[in-house]
Amino acid sequence: MKHKHTISVLLQNKPGVLSRVTGLFSGRGFNIESLSVSPTLQEKDVSCLTLVTSGEDAIIEQITKQLHKLIDVIKVTDISEKEYVEREMALVRVKAEPSTRAEILRIVDIFRGRVVDVSPKSFAVEVTGTGDKVKAMIDLLRPVGIQEIIRTGTIAMTRASKKY
Amino acid sequence: MKMRATEAFLKCLEEQNVDTIFGFPGGAVIDLYDDLYDSKTIKHILVRHEQAAVHAADAFARVRGEVGVALVTSGPGATNTVTGIASAYCDSIPIVVFCGQVPTGLIGNDAFQEVDIVGITRPCTKHNYLVKDPKELVATIREAFHIARTGRPGPVLVDLPKDVMAAKVDFTEPKPVNMRTYKPTYEPHPGQVEKACKTIVKAKKPVLYVGGGVIAANAWDELTELARSLDIPVTMTLMGLGGFPGTDSLSMGMLGMHGTYYSNMAVANCDVLIAVGARFDDRVTGKISAFAPHAKIIHIDIDPTSISKNVKVDIPIVADCKHALAAMNDYIKRNDSFDTAAEKEKHVPWLEQIKVWKNEHPLGYVEETDVIKPQFVVQKLHELTGGDAIITTEVGQNQMWAAQFYHFNHPRHFMTSGGLGVMGYGFPAAIGAQLAAPDKVVIDIAGDGSIQMNIQELATARHNKLPVKIAILNNSFLGMVRQWQELFYDKKYSSTPLETAPDFVLLAEAYGAVGLRATKPSEVEPVIKEALATDNTVIMDFVISREEGVYPMVPAGKATTEMLLV
Ligand SMILES: Cc1ncc(C[n+]2csc(CCOP(=O)(O)OP(=O)(O)O)c2C)c(N)n1
Ligand SMILES: [Mg+2]
Repeated sequence: MKHKHTISVLLQNKPGVLSRVTGLFSGRGFNIESLSVSPTLQEKDVSCLTLVTSGEDAIIEQITKQLHKLIDVIKVTDISEKEYVEREMALVRVKAEPSTRAEILRIVDIFRGRVVDVSPKSFAVEVTGTGDKVKAMIDLLRPVGIQEIIRTGTIAMTRASKKY
Repeated sequence: MKMRATEAFLKCLEEQNVDTIFGFPGGAVIDLYDDLYDSKTIKHILVRHEQAAVHAADAFARVRGEVGVALVTSGPGATNTVTGIASAYCDSIPIVVFCGQVPTGLIGNDAFQEVDIVGITRPCTKHNYLVKDPKELVATIREAFHIARTGRPGPVLVDLPKDVMAAKVDFTEPKPVNMRTYKPTYEPHPGQVEKACKTIVKAKKPVLYVGGGVIAANAWDELTELARSLDIPVTMTLMGLGGFPGTDSLSMGMLGMHGTYYSNMAVANCDVLIAVGARFDDRVTGKISAFAPHAKIIHIDIDPTSISKNVKVDIPIVADCKHALAAMNDYIKRNDSFDTAAEKEKHVPWLEQIKVWKNEHPLGYVEETDVIKPQFVVQKLHELTGGDAIITTEVGQNQMWAAQFYHFNHPRHFMTSGGLGVMGYGFPAAIGAQLAAPDKVVIDIAGDGSIQMNIQELATARHNKLPVKIAILNNSFLGMVRQWQELFYDKKYSSTPLETAPDFVLLAEAYGAVGLRATKPSEVEPVIKEALATDNTVIMDFVISREEGVYPMVPAGKATTEMLLV
């Protein structure tokens, strides 16, 4: 059975490290649905890369092992095997005419989004949430007239233990 | 201590016990060559093509059990190494390849002889580096050797910009390399060892399936102890040959596409398969679903990605083969429930069955009196060298005949490009092997096609007075491809006949080497004897039966029991 997996990779921030990761995926025919990477700031020269992929269990096992085998990789966690929170963010520019402005604001409000840029003819709105939530807001805004969408990839974090 | 980067470079090599490197100069490494000229400890072997430098370093590493080193210039020098690096990567051979690079200020500017060799070799090295800061040179070289040598060994490339090598650097005293992100697992998990042993004791029809990992880990003694203490028959991959004595009664020779009938039958019928340092390559397994279908599979490998990659494994042991086998032997010795005499007794019917298969279809060929059979040549080479020579091979039928008929009794005596299958590997490899073991007889068992891919190395062999022997099994064909065309393409010999070829005897002589030819079976022995008695480089040109095939053969994608036999 193919399943979606969110994998978190802690890596040393060395030149070319991202190509090692993406080259591994393209070279071995694994797919990447989304990828997001940034320095963690928690520790010097360490970045966290979150990627979403899908595959049979044996493939996912290979993906995590192969990632771990890369010399610059510190830690690989298949987050989806645990309790976790995931978020992505989108910036969406929609056509905003006097007749549609209220409607846009209502939709954005439902999704707890924010207007981050206003022009005479458009709004740019920001929304964060799970991929499904972001997609739902985009779908609702579509009839109004979307001009541009920029989405981050997913980032995710395991939930802390609830024990005292 | 402050010193020139080139000086520090050479000191780093000395510290790694490097006494021989293979290379080819150019503008980007001219500073290094300037220092190399004066080195008293490091011998530089000038090859005639950079690919050969890497193959030679690869075989040098295999013979010595140490890290091989190649040094080349930027751009074309670097790209010429790629095939050699890829071959070492597939076969897990520890080498470090140093490439010159344009000065850091020019990187990215499409400068003269600039290529992104780190980018090009990323997927075929264990790891690679571009040294941008002279301060990092020494530590990087030490890390490169450490990575090449430890864990699952492999090639590491270090790219050295010209300005970095012209700088002054601080040479610090060596201390053990400790990398946060790289810590291979050497010790087996005791629980897994116990599980494996308990499974083995239940087996009635066990088989040991041995790969190159046993040789990389120097684990042949531990392997032999395990096999002999319980009478477990052993089959080897191409890379594993020599890991267990080929003439031992428990040896079934090679398995897989051109493996022995009895190896493939034994694997197909075994109840426990103990894979040691092998990776279930498609040339070994054939159709996966029919590979060892009745067996519980134990897999010892230092590389976790090898485990359950192609075949689902029941008992994985992630460890160095030597440590894991020693732990198993120890467990068996210490544990009273293991009655080794009873175990041997229990395996008698299984060994009998294997003997039956062996008698039904032994390794063999149709003998003829008027033409030379390649298998006969390999048998004679074995006989006249006492089975003690270091054999390298090219790729194709010659490689398979060497694997089948030179029954390797010692580890580190067989060098072949197993995973990548590079034509042109054997001759430079023989040069590397001869330099690593000057007192050994070294023979490249070659094809007439492959030998032409690195024939220019005759100059290297001659210049260094290397008594390397080349035995060309000359069928005037790209024989292995021709065999596939014969079997699966209606004998349409598209681009495989090689009628236009050099006269190899004259070619040898042109380089100042010795050329000998045999065209009749009766000439084979005298030619080999003469070659072995010569301390010059020798080409033996054996004109063999043109359309000889390699058998047994498992057609690609078929079950390994569906063998075409002689
Ligand atoms: C560099 C390279 N190119 C092509 C091949 C494909 N190939 C495999 S075996 C073979 C024929 C080799 O011919 P020869 O060296 O004469 O050996 P023979 O099979 O005749 O013994 C070829 C072309 C290869 N393995 N390596
Ligand atoms: Mg040939």
